Amino acid sequence: MPKLIARRILETIPVLFLVATITFFMMKAVPGGPLDTEKNIPQEIKVQIEAFYGLDQPLWKQYASYMGNLLRGDLGPSFKHANRSVNELIAAALPVSLELGGIALCIALLVGIPLGIAAAVRQNTWIDYLASTTAMAGICLPTFVMGPLLVLVFALHFEQFNASGWDFARDRVLPALTLGLVYAGYIARLTRGGMLEVLNQDFIRTARAKGASETRVVFRHALRGGLLPVVSFLGPAIAGILTGSFVIETIFNIPGLGRHFVTSVFNRDATLTIGTALFYAALVVALNLAADIAGAMLNPKQRAN
Amino acid sequence: MSATAPASSALAADAVEPGRSLWQDAWARLRRNRMAVIGGVVLLVLTALSLFGPLFVAYSYEEQNLGLGAAPPSAAHLLGTDKLGRDQLARLFFGGRVSLLVGLAATSVSLTIGVLWGSIAGYAGGKLDAVMMRIVDILYALPFTIFVILLMTVFGRNFILLFVAIGAVEWLTMARIVRGQVLALKRQEFIEAAVALGLRKRRIVLRHVVPNVLGPVMVYTTLTIPAVMLLEAFLSFLGLGVQPPMSSWGLLIKEGAEQMEEAPWLLIYPAVVFAATLFSLNFLGDGLRDALDVRASKD
Repeated sequence: MPKLIARRILETIPVLFLVATITFFMMKAVPGGPLDTEKNIPQEIKVQIEAFYGLDQPLWKQYASYMGNLLRGDLGPSFKHANRSVNELIAAALPVSLELGGIALCIALLVGIPLGIAAAVRQNTWIDYLASTTAMAGICLPTFVMGPLLVLVFALHFEQFNASGWDFARDRVLPALTLGLVYAGYIARLTRGGMLEVLNQDFIRTARAKGASETRVVFRHALRGGLLPVVSFLGPAIAGILTGSFVIETIFNIPGLGRHFVTSVFNRDATLTIGTALFYAALVVALNLAADIAGAMLNPKQRAN
Repeated sequence: MSATAPASSALAADAVEPGRSLWQDAWARLRRNRMAVIGGVVLLVLTALSLFGPLFVAYSYEEQNLGLGAAPPSAAHLLGTDKLGRDQLARLFFGGRVSLLVGLAATSVSLTIGVLWGSIAGYAGGKLDAVMMRIVDILYALPFTIFVILLMTVFGRNFILLFVAIGAVEWLTMARIVRGQVLALKRQEFIEAAVALGLRKRRIVLRHVVPNVLGPVMVYTTLTIPAVMLLEAFLSFLGLGVQPPMSSWGLLIKEGAEQMEEAPWLLIYPAVVFAATLFSLNFLGDGLRDALDVRASKD
């Protein structure tokens, strides 16, 4: 087990290196730079600005110094947001995105798991069909359809919520719901599949034969194994919730990391793009790692070796 | 796992009652799955409408009528018009062509890369297999949505690039599935039996290997198409995919969402059509999986 964890941690190094390198050269390849604004900047000033940011250096030197700074955890200054470093921007936006993602994940789990259990326990009854169809609806309605529709109904028609913004507690409801329901659908499907598989196994029959109540069989014996697929899905799910926030934060005008990433791409703010991309990558990699380890701990077969 | 009856082809001659092939079996099972059948029919209808619908609409997808503006549905414009007075029905049909085309083309890209990669790794085995699958593992950990966004920024919002970028992202799972299948098949007795019978390699591959790999590949392909269409729509929604005056369902949803207050019909129709398509593809994919009895496995 420690060997597995050590191997997985070592594997993340080439991944992060790859992300940093690819994003760096991609942003350099983008036609037009951060300084090409509408206004004509005098040539001398432009040269000075470029020298300040190190843009006059040959490419390999820029790359070397960027990677050097990266090792020290410094993501550099933003090109567009004057006098602010990428680190500061990320630090300011991260709590917002984490809050949104955290609530969404709770919604996904609290809706998805019970729905999946109900469907599995009452397989091939109307409860199952209803739960499965609801789950499919959650999966098939992408966030950028669900979000605007929720706004249309609850913000514009019933006027219960603000259509956008992130100022009041109730502003969290619609975005988190939009983001969470999609993953609730996936989690319900996985829970149903996992539970069905476990419920057909011998030890469940044994438990029933010994007179355990149905509740005890489901929650005490089956649930632990049945949730395994959900646990291994959590890594990708959290990654998806994080990237899903690109759209959600754009729709609802939320000052989080996802919106920073999208606007920085449009602004050609290279350092901010690379910084957020790297940060996302590191987050995704770390979460996948955590999900793998949690899955291995829950699975007795893997725990043994 | 699905295995064709091994002996039926070579020895047990056709004198016996003709058995049902894997595909006949699967087809029978698929037809009994009501949701899958409905999904298939809806898909056929939507595809036909996207292909031939534009012939029956009096307007083209880019024809503007600025005086009209965003008008609600009427006899002249069945689904209304957008803010530039373009006919929404024509844009919906044309957007269907684009979205379905992206779905199919990008899926073919991912299919080609994935099947080649997976079968080479599985067939070669040993060091080459280890290296190739480690590459897949590493790529799996990358947040690809970010790369597709970067690609679209670097190379401009190019239509062809959209296929390639999306296809290049979605081949990883396919490679894993195919490799697993090939590895398992190599060890199966009926393949050994076929070799022992002295069948030619070509016959073994076509008659015994391909049908067994085809099932999982087909199932996964059906499930890749909605994922790909979703990614296209996601990019178009962010303004990085298909650009106006072109049309795609993702773009229409974006435009609709921008003015849903004044013109809700611009959001609702494309959203419903897009969701129905994804629904149908997913139900069809699930039905195929059950019909072909494919177990979803990661490696």
